[in-house]
Amino acid sequence: MTNLTVEATELTRLYGGREAVSNVSFNLKQGEVLGFLGPNGAGKSTTMKMLTGNLAPSAGSVKICGIDMIENPKEAKALIGYLPEMRPLYKEFTVDEYLTIAARLHRVSSGNIKKAVENAKERCGLGHMSKRLIENLSNGYQQRVGIAQAIIHSPMVVILDEPTVGLDPIQIRDIRALIREIGGEHSVILSTHILPEVEMVCDHVQIIDKGKLVFNGGIDVLKRQRVGNKLLIGFNNIPSVEDILKIKGVTEAEITDNNMMRVRFADDQDQNKAPHEAIVQAAVKNKWGLYQIAPDQTSLEDVFVQLTYQDAAAETMAEAA
Amino acid sequence: MIFNILRKELKSVFASPMGWIVLTIFTFLFGSLYLTGVNNYFEVMSGAVRPAERMGVTQSVGQIVYGWAFLIVLVAVPLLSMRLISEERRSQTLPFLFSAPLSLTEIVLGKFFGLVIFLSILILYIAFMLSTLNIWSDVDFGFIMANSLGLFLLVAGSSAVGLYFSSLTSQPVAAAVMSFVTLIALIFMDRIFVADPSNPLAQFSLMRHFQSFSTGLIDTADIAYFVLFTITFLTLTIRRLDADRLRG
Repeated sequence: MTNLTVEATELTRLYGGREAVSNVSFNLKQGEVLGFLGPNGAGKSTTMKMLTGNLAPSAGSVKICGIDMIENPKEAKALIGYLPEMRPLYKEFTVDEYLTIAARLHRVSSGNIKKAVENAKERCGLGHMSKRLIENLSNGYQQRVGIAQAIIHSPMVVILDEPTVGLDPIQIRDIRALIREIGGEHSVILSTHILPEVEMVCDHVQIIDKGKLVFNGGIDVLKRQRVGNKLLIGFNNIPSVEDILKIKGVTEAEITDNNMMRVRFADDQDQNKAPHEAIVQAAVKNKWGLYQIAPDQTSLEDVFVQLTYQDAAAETMAEAA
Repeated sequence: MIFNILRKELKSVFASPMGWIVLTIFTFLFGSLYLTGVNNYFEVMSGAVRPAERMGVTQSVGQIVYGWAFLIVLVAVPLLSMRLISEERRSQTLPFLFSAPLSLTEIVLGKFFGLVIFLSILILYIAFMLSTLNIWSDVDFGFIMANSLGLFLLVAGSSAVGLYFSSLTSQPVAAAVMSFVTLIALIFMDRIFVADPSNPLAQFSLMRHFQSFSTGLIDTADIAYFVLFTITFLTLTIRRLDADRLRG
């Protein structure tokens, strides 16, 4: 239990009677990266504000490494690095000045401030921007400064609200690597709209919709949901559905467009029972003219839409998790 | 921790043109008043003045300089205090402070002392300028000390007012206008009730409490008034920021 870095218990936040976030509970262990997904206005940012003590929850509690955010806000906040959705940058300062202030306010001891600033700059690729005014930096570099201030005191928990917005693809790759790196030692919570990003950097995923958690589980659960048990097969001489159904293991088949067929098979746990090989053999024997066979992946977007817009599907997923 | 916020505020005011503009205008203004005061002293004293009406050079020059010091409160305080919190609200930098291990009290006090210390530069400048009279005369340092203390308390009180109005809005100009109007009312309250000096509202006048300092008298009642006045507005500011966290 000691390595739980974030414990959120039944977090609820009311805005004038309307529940922006209701009954959100989750735990995060040290060394995990948690991805927070959800459509606009679902309550992602509100939840993050409550986790960082920027907003008082209407009910429920937040504990950071066992320290209660409401009872001991200073001690709890010292363990957190937070990058809000709107970058909190003082644009009249240079990068060095700003990061020094951030380090000081986060109780980095005066002897280590210089080292902490250098370290944060290096990790975020800001080395050559030290003396530039933040105002004059490009959007992407400002974002990096925002991330640098969140990790400058090497906090136990780093909370990033849409960290890769406004970055170019190379920067995004760097930042993702950085998040993974931080996630190795500490815990990271990040929210994003970019679904492949979640798959790449997160160990855990939470999907929140209309203030409620609709999915909370490991990334592998989501991936399994995604890969599924379907094949997409292309034939030059397309066989009838009946022919395909005769093959052992195939449970369903449908012709999608002129030369393509979608085949569903029984169970994906045991690869030996999967009908791939039998289909290929049958295709060769019957000269169906097979030219393509591939797993039919449900895109993460589809899973996401399923989870957020179909309540029934959401509930079964939540149970499965 | 208060000190770290204070440092940040001072750095920020010197990084913006507003701080330098205010310093420039007021050093020029008080410099001119000082010169006028010195000239005036020689004109008056060289004329036929009855011995009973004679006054010392410190008081003669000091009255003129400190007589205009309320301009610091009316002009510099709204201009500099307006951005303290509302600018942070507008550029959404408050979460930076709120998510750092700081209490709201530390944030507010840090900002408050940042502004007061900046304006103390002007107070010290005036005191130093009047002390240079000592080169050719005997300066009444007690008079300068009392006036400086009074001015300091006046600046502290009005800074607290400015800080409070700055916490109310995300538009710095609106904050400046509100604190300007409030300060003008508070300063001239005793003029409004000049016909009825016993009116309790007249007691709220900042100038009435500054008056005793300007004659060189340090009265604990006046000090208590300014301290309570300052604490009241700082408390209101803290409560306003706490409401942000609670109501969002």
